[in-house]
Parts: sequence; structure tokens; C-alpha cells
Amino acid sequence: MGDKRAPLDEMVAELRPGMTVGFGGWGSRRKPMAAVRAIVRAGIGDLTVVSYGGPDVGVLCAAGLVRKVVYGFVTLDSIALDPHFRAARQSGGIAAMEVDEGMFYLGLLAAAQRLPFLPTRAGLGSDVLRVNPELRTVTSPYGDGEELVAMPALELDAAFVHLNRADTHGNGQILGPDPFFDELFLGAATRRFVTAEKVVAPGALLQEGPIQTVTISRLLTDAVAEVPRGAHFTSCPPDYDRDEGFQKLYAGSGADPGAWTAFSDRFLRVDEAGYQAAAAEAGGAA
Amino acid sequence: MTGTGTEVTRAEVVAVACAEAWRGDGEIIASPFGTIPSIGARLARLTFEPDLVLTDGEAALMANTPSVSADRSAFVLEAWMPYRRVFDVVWSGRRHVMMMATQVDRYGNQNISCIGDWARPKTQLIGVRGAPGNTINHTTSYWVPAHSPRSFVEHVDMVGGVGYDRARAAGPAAERFHEIRVVISNLGVFDFATPDHAMRLRSVHPGVEVDEVTAATGFALVVPDDVPTTRLPDPDELELIREVLDPRRLRDKELPA
Repeated sequence: MGDKRAPLDEMVAELRPGMTVGFGGWGSRRKPMAAVRAIVRAGIGDLTVVSYGGPDVGVLCAAGLVRKVVYGFVTLDSIALDPHFRAARQSGGIAAMEVDEGMFYLGLLAAAQRLPFLPTRAGLGSDVLRVNPELRTVTSPYGDGEELVAMPALELDAAFVHLNRADTHGNGQILGPDPFFDELFLGAATRRFVTAEKVVAPGALLQEGPIQTVTISRLLTDAVAEVPRGAHFTSCPPDYDRDEGFQKLYAGSGADPGAWTAFSDRFLRVDEAGYQAAAAEAGGAA
Repeated sequence: MTGTGTEVTRAEVVAVACAEAWRGDGEIIASPFGTIPSIGARLARLTFEPDLVLTDGEAALMANTPSVSADRSAFVLEAWMPYRRVFDVVWSGRRHVMMMATQVDRYGNQNISCIGDWARPKTQLIGVRGAPGNTINHTTSYWVPAHSPRSFVEHVDMVGGVGYDRARAAGPAAERFHEIRVVISNLGVFDFATPDHAMRLRSVHPGVEVDEVTAATGFALVVPDDVPTTRLPDPDELELIREVLDPRRLRDKELPA
């Protein structure tokens, strides 16, 4: 059986400009931020970003790597709005597909099940259909004849998720309370990348938590990397909470272009070890 | 005004008005957004709607009813409810959400997405979130802490939450489970109990004049001849709000006295 371990930078090297990339997690929770930082370092742009949006969206927007965002919301949770996503939308610098967050779920599910669409009531009557004129409705072929939204599959060229644990074969374990939609991001993607707080030997995941926490099977993963604190500054329970102080620092980097340059120079123009050291130093100073 | 000896605040009146929104709902999830709606949902469960189901704000349902400032260690959890399961509940209809609205219009269309033209907004907000799916699948109410012609508008800039006119125009599949029950603001309570489901002033909060409400509303409200006053908390409710559900007075931050 294959050893799927690969350095994060090698995963990111598989990306090409113009790709559609999904990011797991939700808001400012268990986001694959180390992968986001690696993409920024690699400077791969013109991306379509598909996300239950948090700072993954904001960082990539601020770095100028985004062509389009597919989202139902973008939020930092404890801070309502992400300044860089706002700036990108307000400047007209990015395209957008804004849908109901349940429609988003069905788009991933359709892609994971190789279906062209899934029907839903969500979206009917709303401006989601006005601002996304490519969305269509479908009429039930049964006696009810209901006209429903046909949410198209959100097919991804690549997906990144950050998990609590994984094994070298690519099985993944979520020890926190919510698996979010990580399994579906992987299922919807052609190339499927997992980072984890800790990577263990096959079979050893059960020493970390019960079998029900190993929700990502290796059927869904192509490569896995151990990246401690890889979700920082978002939350990754039970390993760590959100770094609220650092998140404030990040939100402050939206104040003006100079603030972003300073943030970027200090935290993004360095490798992951450099980031973690700088973040620890920033936390100590706060 | 009550045995506690202090004046009832507007925030306390609104908390009770929020609780009233869930009256009669039985065993469904009450999903409040905002501090005062959270106090209201908990108050409803502790008084007249004991079967209401409440979430912990993360991925579980909560068996007890702690204060809105309680630490997570005070929560007693009763079932697992990660986000993916929440959609099963939404689509099953067993939920009544009270969302916030940056803009709400005459027919109850709601916007939390952006101000200005969606293609290039003047102000980007959080996004439609679950509002389209919520409104089309189960009962929805709104809480608007700052009632003004900027929040109560003739037409919202981006329809996330679907109002009565849009649901009707979208057809039977859209209308089937649609209900906007109430809109609650810092000035009054509003419903859609009119022939064409245009927004009606149901009650003004104590100390608020009807003219004040119509002046602060950017469209022609339906105003009955007799507008009642939003009811005051009874002594038990007031004690629950002050002693049990919000001893740190977070409600005053959301709605200053």
C-alpha cells in the first residue's frame, strides 16, 4: 500500500494558474491555512476559490491570486467580515458566485456523486438566481410538478483540508466537534490534499480517537502532509482554539495597503516554520 | 414597574417579544442570531415553549438553558448537530430561525449580502448565508436593532431571505413552506397579516409613538387604527432575564437603554 506522505510545497506545485480550488473548514474554523500560505509563496494565481469562506478567501484575495470566489458567506466568526474579501468585491477586482450555503453543500455533493446537479428548494425566489444567471431550475417529473433549483456540481481541480490526524496511507481523522464539509470537498476534487496536525502509522488512528472520528478514508485522498498548527490562526479543536489576537492582527492588515504589505512581509514572505515563529512572537508581544 | 424595583428596559421588552415569536412552535430548533433573540429563545423554552430545541452555537444541541454569557463548560449537550445535519433539519422544516437583516422591505425580503449593486457593491457584507434556503423551507423571523429608513427600505439591494411577493412569484414550490412570522426592531413588532402580506405594525414598544415608527420606515407601513403596545415582561420573565439568562447585561450592548 502506498505511502502518501508528501511535502506541502510539492502538493501546491501541482496547482496551475486558473484552477478551481476548494478549501475545507468553515468561516475561521479548521481552515487549511498552511496550504493557503504555501499557495501565496508559490504565487499561483487566477484561481477560482470555492469555500465556506474565512481568512483563506481573504488572504488569497489580498495576495492578488483570485479570479473568482464561490461562496455563501465570508466571515472570520468572532470578527464578522473579512476586510480583504470586502476590498476585492468593492473594487470589482474579482468575479463572484454567491449562493445559499445549503446550495453550496449540494453543489459539492453533486460533484462527489458525479451528478450534473441536485435539486433543491433553496434559492427559489431569491436574488441568488438573478446574480447567477447560469443557474437553472428543473421541473419534477412526478405528479407534484414542482419547479426546483438545479444546483450545478461544484467540480474542483484540487481540494485542501486540514485535519487533526491522518495516517501515512491518507486516512483522515477529525477529533473536533464538526467535520464540516471536508469529505465532500475531497470527493468533489480531482487532486485531493490533506494536511494534519499529526501523521501516524496505519492503524494507529484508533489510539487517537474512536473509529467514528476517522471519517475521511484513503479513497478520498492523494497526498498527506504533517503540518503542526497548519490551521493557525483559525481554530482546530481539540488541538488549539482560534488565535484571536493574531486574527485581530490579520483583520488590521486590511486598514490600508501599507498594513497589508507589512503583514505579508512578516508572515507570508517566509516559509511555514518562519510563519509559525513569527506568529508565536506576535502572540507573545500581544 | 415590577417587584424588582427597577425600570423595565427596551432590551427586556424586546427579549420578550423575541420569545413570543416562538410561541406555539413546539419541538423544533429555535435558531436565534444576536444576543437579544438568544435571550428570547431561551426565555421561551424556560416558560411557555419547553420543547424547543436549542443549539450550542457549534455542533451540538443543548439540554440545559444557561445564560447567554455562560462558558461552554456550563453546557449540557443532548445530541450531535454538525452543520451538515443542520441542512437536513432546515430542509425538513423543523426549525424557526430569527436572522438579522441589514435591510428588510415591505414584503419581508431580507438582505445581509451587500449594499449597492451586487456586481460591484458599495459595501460588501457577509453574504446571503442560509437565508434563501431558510425562508423557503421553514419559518423565519428577523431582528433589526436599528430601525431606520436605511434598514426598512422600499426594495432591498440583494434578496437573500425571500419575502412574500417573491415567494408567490416563484411559484407553488417556493410558497409551500414559506412563512415570515415577525420582524422585531428596537421600535416595534411587525407582521404580514394583511391581504397582500405587506408589512403591518403589530405593536409599538412602550414609549414609542406610531409616528416615530412610520417616520423611520422607508415604505408605507400598514398601520391599524388601534396599535397595541408590546407587552411588558411579567415578574417571572424579568427575573429569568436578569438573574438567569443575562446577568451580565449583554442585552444593553445590543440595545442601549
